[in-house]
Amino acid sequence: MTVSLDIESITAHYGHTEVLKDLSLSVKAGELVSLLGSSGCGKTTTLRLVAGFLPPTKGRIKLGDKDITRLPAHTRNIGLVFQNYALFPHLSVLENVAFGLKQRSVGSSERRKRASEMLDRVGLSPYAERLPAALSGGQKQRVALARALVIEPPLLMFDEPLSNLDAKLRIDMRVEIRKLQRANGTTSLYVTHDQEEAFSISDRVAIMNAGKIMQLDHPEVLYQRPANAFVARFVGFENLIAMKVSERDGDRVTAEVEGGSSIALSQDSLGPIPDEFVLAARADGLSVRRSGEGLPVTLGLRTYLGRAYQYQCQSTAGDLVANGPLSDPMEQGGSAVLAPHFEQCCILPVEA
Amino acid sequence: MTYRIHPALIVFASIVFFFLLAPLVIIIGSALSDTTYLTFPPRGLTLRWFENIFEMSAFRRTAITSFQLAFAGTALSLLVGIPAAYALNRYRIELPSWLSTVYVLPILVPEIVFGFSLMKSVTVGLETPIFLTLLIGHALLVLPYSVRVVSASLASFDFSIEEAAISLGSPPLKTFFTIVLPNIRAGVIAAFILAFITSLNDVSVSLFLTGPGISTLPIQILAHMEQFFDPTIASVSVLLMLVTVAVMAIVEATLGLTFLTK
Repeated sequence: MTVSLDIESITAHYGHTEVLKDLSLSVKAGELVSLLGSSGCGKTTTLRLVAGFLPPTKGRIKLGDKDITRLPAHTRNIGLVFQNYALFPHLSVLENVAFGLKQRSVGSSERRKRASEMLDRVGLSPYAERLPAALSGGQKQRVALARALVIEPPLLMFDEPLSNLDAKLRIDMRVEIRKLQRANGTTSLYVTHDQEEAFSISDRVAIMNAGKIMQLDHPEVLYQRPANAFVARFVGFENLIAMKVSERDGDRVTAEVEGGSSIALSQDSLGPIPDEFVLAARADGLSVRRSGEGLPVTLGLRTYLGRAYQYQCQSTAGDLVANGPLSDPMEQGGSAVLAPHFEQCCILPVEA
Repeated sequence: MTYRIHPALIVFASIVFFFLLAPLVIIIGSALSDTTYLTFPPRGLTLRWFENIFEMSAFRRTAITSFQLAFAGTALSLLVGIPAAYALNRYRIELPSWLSTVYVLPILVPEIVFGFSLMKSVTVGLETPIFLTLLIGHALLVLPYSVRVVSASLASFDFSIEEAAISLGSPPLKTFFTIVLPNIRAGVIAAFILAFITSLNDVSVSLFLTGPGISTLPIQILAHMEQFFDPTIASVSVLLMLVTVAVMAIVEATLGLTFLTK
């Protein structure tokens, strides 16, 4: 069975500290949504609220049609995978996986059979009789995954499940998690601070900051069309340049940067441009040229990236980072212009 | 590569070992002496002082009381101490930091003062039966060991394991018995042993709480020494040493002695 998860304007406190403020989030049936943010942004708190380990001050949590806001944690039927695996140290791998079935009064032989099948699916059958201490990190996380999946929960939640694994294993495991999640069609909520992990594994990602969701969308949209300055910085737009429109001529717009220089933009590729806005660009989206149309700058430190040279630039609008061609290295202290690649830039509203 | 050991270190270590072991040797020797007073080295060899213990009803009675107190007091202290230690660790952030200090007060307060105040408040104030007063006194006396040792065990327990069990459908109380308790077993056993031995050896607190007809073994030993000063005391001490050795042997066989020093 696949059901949706609806978090409706939840507020939560630790003591007197407000950690979540009026947060709403919907995960569609069968969808995997990630909560992405730095530590303290409220992503783990959100997960603990849904799991039932922390009562909300206000708001409602619904799993399918059922209101689970006040339900005790052990009756919620949610599969949880923890960062530190949280395997039962005194039980064998098989007993760990069978634990949830035992709580559901599944008979001993049936329990064994289903737990063994699940261990087989995560490729750990040979380790069934071992204690968790005798397993590697990756194997432990597979057991944790099997333990959460075997109870066939309507909702799976992951709390930084790959953070304790090394880089190569992290990639293997996230592919495996995604495959299992897809195969079962289990609605999933995934908490991580790793952007690549969140983007690669999720249908949609919620970028969080200070107890609020800054933007919730498909990874492609977040990466190319961030909705605000926070998300833009988070996904790697190094340059946020405040501008004012000085002249409009159909789709062609001339905008002025602080300090007086102006630049020609096109609504064709950038979408509608308000009178005051912020132009967001990655270093790749601003091309350093010796002369021509663009934002005049003084070149600072040059670093070699392999595919391009990167320059720290000083402009009247502040410090910027831009890339220049390998064929034409330029010297520190020289003058140049930055020409934006419009298809790689985006227009953000001005924030107070 | 071989290390040269400084001769002074050998001398120093020998002195330390001498002072640790000599009293034990002297007590065992005195217990076997065929004299009517305590002496070392023993003159003649006899086991009659050991027989004497079992013939004197006061030793038998007080020994039974002492063991009853040690078992019941320790059990009571664990009954209070395990949940207290659990709460102190589980809700470390939410609870005030001075709370854990409260549980070690019986160690911090001089035992004489502790015993006297218990006498004033419990025996005199509440007029409870003597055995009950002793039981309360001993349970309080050993509570710090229960709380601290179980706490040490819980400090390295990962509470997300408990949450994992709950998320899999195990109710919180059941989770405590099936998941938490098996993982702090060593701490509970260590706490039991420390508390048991402390209770069995206690003089200061018991001294104030004993009354007509009820006494504990250490107090009986004290009283006997004041009156007779014969090798019976030494033989009782040897028996108590044997009890300790037996306990340690059980620990070594089940858990390994190293866990007590962890």
